[in-house]
Amino acid sequence: MGEWKTPADLKYAETDEWFAVDGDVVTIGITDYAQDQLNDIVYVEFKDPGDSVDAGDSFGEVESVKAASELYSAVAGEIIEVNAALEDSPEVVNADAFGAGWMVKIRTDDLSVLADMMDAAAYDAYCDSR
Amino acid sequence: MDGLQPLIYDIGAPGRVGVNLPEPDVPEAELPTELLRDDLPLPEVGELQVVRHFVKLSHLNYSIDKGFYPLGSCTMKYNPKLNEDAARLPGFAQLHPLIEETGAQGALYLMYELQRWLGEISGFEAVSLTPAAGAQGEFAGILMIRNYHLDQGEGQRDIILVPNSAHGTNPATVTMAGMRVRELPSNDQGNVDLDSLRAACQGELRDQIAGMMITVPSTLGLFESTIHDVIDIVHEAGGLMYMDGANMNALMAVVKPGELDFDVMHYNLHKTFSTPHGGGGPGSGAVGVNAKLKDYLPGPIVDIIEEEDESGAPLYGYVMPGKSIGRIKAFQGNFGMHLRAYAYIRVYGDTGIRDVTRYAVLNANYLRAKLMQTYKLPYPRYCGHEFVLEGHFDEVEEVHALDISKRLMDYGFHPPTNYFPLIVPEALLIEPTETEVKEDLDAFVEAMESIAEEARTDPELLLNAPHSAPVRRLDEVRAVKELILCCAAAVPAAGD
Repeated sequence: MGEWKTPADLKYAETDEWFAVDGDVVTIGITDYAQDQLNDIVYVEFKDPGDSVDAGDSFGEVESVKAASELYSAVAGEIIEVNAALEDSPEVVNADAFGAGWMVKIRTDDLSVLADMMDAAAYDAYCDSR
Repeated sequence: MDGLQPLIYDIGAPGRVGVNLPEPDVPEAELPTELLRDDLPLPEVGELQVVRHFVKLSHLNYSIDKGFYPLGSCTMKYNPKLNEDAARLPGFAQLHPLIEETGAQGALYLMYELQRWLGEISGFEAVSLTPAAGAQGEFAGILMIRNYHLDQGEGQRDIILVPNSAHGTNPATVTMAGMRVRELPSNDQGNVDLDSLRAACQGELRDQIAGMMITVPSTLGLFESTIHDVIDIVHEAGGLMYMDGANMNALMAVVKPGELDFDVMHYNLHKTFSTPHGGGGPGSGAVGVNAKLKDYLPGPIVDIIEEEDESGAPLYGYVMPGKSIGRIKAFQGNFGMHLRAYAYIRVYGDTGIRDVTRYAVLNANYLRAKLMQTYKLPYPRYCGHEFVLEGHFDEVEEVHALDISKRLMDYGFHPPTNYFPLIVPEALLIEPTETEVKEDLDAFVEAMESIAEEARTDPELLLNAPHSAPVRRLDEVRAVKELILCCAAAVPAAGD
C-alpha cells in the first residue's frame, strides 16, 4: 500500500483524473497518486473556456520533469472555467492535487457515466495493483 | 561550480589577437552609416587562450570516445573514425549540392547503392534517403499512408494505432500529419494486447483505421512475439503497418521488416549505422517502403536515368516518384550521413552486419542476466539490444531511478535512459551496443552492484550524487521553468 490520499467523495478514472460533482458542473483534476508518479510538474495546458469536449476526450496536458501526459475527461460537456493560476504555478498540483490544484470545470447534461467509475476504495486497489 | 570554465567573453582583454591580418590590398569601401554599429562585442583572445578554453571544455564533455554510454533507445555505438575519413574526402566534402548530376556521379552512385543496401537489409522494395532524422522519416511514412488511403477513396481512414510503450515521436507524428492517435495497452509480456487491437480493428472504427505504428523490438527491448498476428489484424481491417526502425540494431540481417509484411519503416542512420548523433547530429532518417507505397516516397531519390552502354557506366540522376509526397528536406537530405552509413555498411559487409546485431543482442542479454540479480527486471524475457530495469528498491523508498543514474556518473559512466518507457515505473533503459568488450560491461555491472549496496547502507550518497561531476545535482524544475537560452546582457530585449 503506497502513501497517497484518495478522498472518499470523488470519482476516479483509470487515467488518474478525479471528478467532483456539484449540480451539473463537474470539477476535474489529477490524483495525488498521479502527481506523485509524475514527480515535479512544470507545465500545464488546458483547452479554453467555451470549448466542448466529448466523453473520453483530452481536455489538456500536463508535463513533469519525467513525462508529458494527456488529461482526459470522462464526461461530455462545455468547459466553463479553467484554473489559470496553474499556468504560472503548476507545482500547486503537486502540493494540493485535490484542492488548489483542480484543473477544469465542465458543465454537462449527462452525469450517468460517473456511476460506472471507480470510487476511492476501487481506485486505491487499482493503484496498488500497478 | 568548480571545474567549470568561464565564458570565452570573460577571458579576453582589449588588444589581444590570435592572428595578424595583412594590410588590405583593395580600396576600403564606404558603408552606409545606418549599417554600421558602434561596438561589436566579440572576445579579444590569443590563439593559446582559445585552444586552452576549448580543450578544457572538451574535457568536461562525456562521449562514447571517453567511456561506456548505455543510453537506452539511443544506440550510442562507437562511430568508426574511418567514416570521418570518408566524409572528408575532398571529392565528397567539396561537392556543391546544386552541381549538375553529371558532375556528381560518384556521390549519386553512393546514394543509389545505399538505397539498395538499406532496402536489402530491411526487405523493402524502395528507399528514400531524404528525411533529415527519425522523426521526419516517421512523418514521411505517415503522410505516405494518408495519401495512399486518399487515393483509394478512403480518406476517412485517419486513425493510427500506437502502443502505450511507443516513442513519444509516434503520437506526435500522427498529430502533425493531421490524423488521430488511438493508444493500445501492452500485456504483461510487454507485447501489444491483442484483444484490444482486435477490438479497435474489428469494431465500429474498423473503416477509420489508417494503420499502426509499432517499434520492433519494442521500446522495452522485447521482440514483439505476436507480430505476425498484429500485422494480420491491422491489414485485415484495411490499415497499413508502419515500423519505427529505431531499434534496427537488434534485427539487422536477422529479421527483415519488409518480409514480416510491414508496409513502411524508417531507419535511423545516426543510430544503427554509426553516423554521429551527439551534439545534435545531424541525424538521417531514410525511409523504406514496399511496392504498395513505392510511388509515394519523398524525393528526390537516386535512380539510373540512362542505362549502361558501350560508351561506359550508367548515368545516375534524381527522380521524383510518381505520387511522391514531395520534398521534405532541402537538396538530398543529410548527405554527409549517407556517406558515413555507406562506409559503415561497406566495411562490415553482409555477414559483418549480422554480427553487429548478434553482438548487440548478446551484450544486452549478458548485462540483463548479471543485473537482474540485483535489480528488478519487470519483463523476465530474453531481450533484444536493450532491456529495462526498475531503478528502485522496496526497502529504500527514497531512492529513485534518477538517483541511481546520478550516482553512476561518479563511477565514470554515462547514465542509462531514465523514466522511459513510461509504462515501467522508475525505468532504467540500458543499451550497451555491440561495440563494448566484456571487461567494460563487467565494470558497469560492478558499479551498478556497488550502487545497489550503497542504496541500502548509505542512501545519501545516491541522493546527493553526482559528487565528482563538473556540476552537482541540477535543479531540473527550475531549469524547465526559468528557461534562459542566451546571455541576457548580449541580447537586447524584444522591441529595442
